[in-house]
Amino acid sequence: MDITRRDIIEFGTKLLVLASVGATFEQVTGAEPAPDAYKMADHWWGMLIDIGKCIGCGNCVRACSNENKVPDGYFRTWVERYQLEEDKLPVVDSPKGAIDGFPLPTKVDLKSFFVPKLCNHCVDSPCVQVCPVGATFISPDGVVLVDESYCLGCRYCVQACPYGCRYLHPEKETVDKCTLCYHRITKGLTTACCENCPTGARQLVDFKNPQDPIHDFLKHNKVQVLKAYMATDPKVKYKDLDVAVR
Amino acid sequence: MIPGVDGFMYPNEVELQWSVLIVLYPYITGLVAGAFILASLERVFKVEAVRPTYRLALLTALAFLLVAPLPLQLHLGHPERSFEMYLTPHTSSAMAMFGFVYLWYLTVVLLLEIWLEFRVDIVRMSQTTHGLQRMMYKVLTLGSDNISSAARRIDDKVGYVITVIGIPSAFLLHGYVGFIFGSIKANPWWSTPLMPIVFLFSAMVSGIAAVMLLYAASMKLKRMKIDMHCLDTIARYLFYTFVIDFTLEMLDLIHRTYEADESFRSLDFMVHTRLWTSQVLIQILLGTVVPLLLLAATQVIRFTEAKRRAMYLTAGSLVMVGIFAMRWNVVIGGQLFSKSFLGYTSYKLDFVTREGLLPAIALMLLPFAIFLVLIKVLPPWTHQTSKASSAD
Repeated sequence: MDITRRDIIEFGTKLLVLASVGATFEQVTGAEPAPDAYKMADHWWGMLIDIGKCIGCGNCVRACSNENKVPDGYFRTWVERYQLEEDKLPVVDSPKGAIDGFPLPTKVDLKSFFVPKLCNHCVDSPCVQVCPVGATFISPDGVVLVDESYCLGCRYCVQACPYGCRYLHPEKETVDKCTLCYHRITKGLTTACCENCPTGARQLVDFKNPQDPIHDFLKHNKVQVLKAYMATDPKVKYKDLDVAVR
Repeated sequence: MIPGVDGFMYPNEVELQWSVLIVLYPYITGLVAGAFILASLERVFKVEAVRPTYRLALLTALAFLLVAPLPLQLHLGHPERSFEMYLTPHTSSAMAMFGFVYLWYLTVVLLLEIWLEFRVDIVRMSQTTHGLQRMMYKVLTLGSDNISSAARRIDDKVGYVITVIGIPSAFLLHGYVGFIFGSIKANPWWSTPLMPIVFLFSAMVSGIAAVMLLYAASMKLKRMKIDMHCLDTIARYLFYTFVIDFTLEMLDLIHRTYEADESFRSLDFMVHTRLWTSQVLIQILLGTVVPLLLLAATQVIRFTEAKRRAMYLTAGSLVMVGIFAMRWNVVIGGQLFSKSFLGYTSYKLDFVTREGLLPAIALMLLPFAIFLVLIKVLPPWTHQTSKASSAD
């Protein structure tokens, strides 16, 4: 088929007009989307962590590391163990992010629990705010992502994250973090960490899906977020979060 | 146990992200802003006594400004993408504005003011030199060789306007650097609205001290006599600015101690351990209290000229060390404690790596090399300098 100048102008005009009213590329080109295609606007992802259920096995850390090829010594997710004694500072450890689980506690008879951590995919993310080129962004489905083809590696976002969830990838020299297994969740799967949690302590949730059990859970349970005073509006919610947890 | 770590750090916090190169960035921009503000004393506020340092201060500011982006560039994981900050700046990011603030200051303020100030000399040299030199000065005239008294009056007026614009610009340049740190709410060591103003006054202190030292060194090298009236005046301004700077820093300290929020225990412990030498001994004691006492003494006691000179130069040198320590304590100190407030890490300064001590030293020497070239191309020694020297 010969493409004339007229065709190009016609297509360009169509593209401009439709783009201005928010049409998708498929509508412009005339291609119909597949019926089960993932629509970003239909989702708002987060995670629910039930602290009482976490046994500190480290399965989630290993699964994340394998799934996302996380470099050694860096963590997209990790598990902390808190050991609390009255009137004393909490004793916290997370040996190698708990990738091999935890050694036995040195003291018994302490209040002790595990806290899985990951990027909180905050609605008002300080990391997104400070990125000088917009390489860190929040996707329309609520996942904070890094465009590694655009990141300068300035690490301002690492400084701005109150939760210590970011690091500079030693080979790529760009910032890396939890993507909430975006490559999986957009295909209808759950995250690697949730899939491998033997107790169901981690649950991927979709706040926009009316069928998601999270709505019922939030109705009947008290949940907390990390560092609420930072006003970042985290989408990772914790059940039974102790006041000592930072 | 992780080597160098005490207590609990979030696993990704163990390694420091901002190195000595990021310490150099506020240090160098501070010298630029401070030197320019000293220059403006003469131009705008008509403090005639500092006239011998006017041109020197402008060239000092330029030499340091040219180097200011280099530590940042060297620090980036992808320096080749840094231009994206100009093309697609993220408007909510404080850092995105760096390029624009920098370019504004370099081109609109500093280069223009230097050109106007040296225009007459450039035109004269384009007529009296030969060969390549002549060509260089011809280019530097930008095609304007009218140095009649009417043209010089216009230069002077425009120069005045630029300096007036330059003062808030210098404030912007360094206040902005303070904002980059002060606006990080995740880090209580940085997050204070006082940060831009503390950075600004410490910048003025270091810039004034740097020009004072460079002036004394230049006079020594040129075998010219130091204009003591000029030195006394600079030292007096250094003292005033330093008092404000110290007051602001103490205000910050008192405020933190009195408020004692949840981060206080952790930060207090850090100051008493990991930052004891660099903060308490070097920054506060050696870099602030001692020079302040020396400068204060010269204000109340009548010392001989030689003693005053020695006291000023000692105070100036200590100030340079103290302000460097201040930048170090802000940048490095802000990464030594965990945001969990339960642990501390250490900073290991490498030597020959990209962000090591060697490149840092090279970057710190580079402005002096540029300064030497600049004073060769644009000799800052006015006849006022020589007159003042011979009058003494």
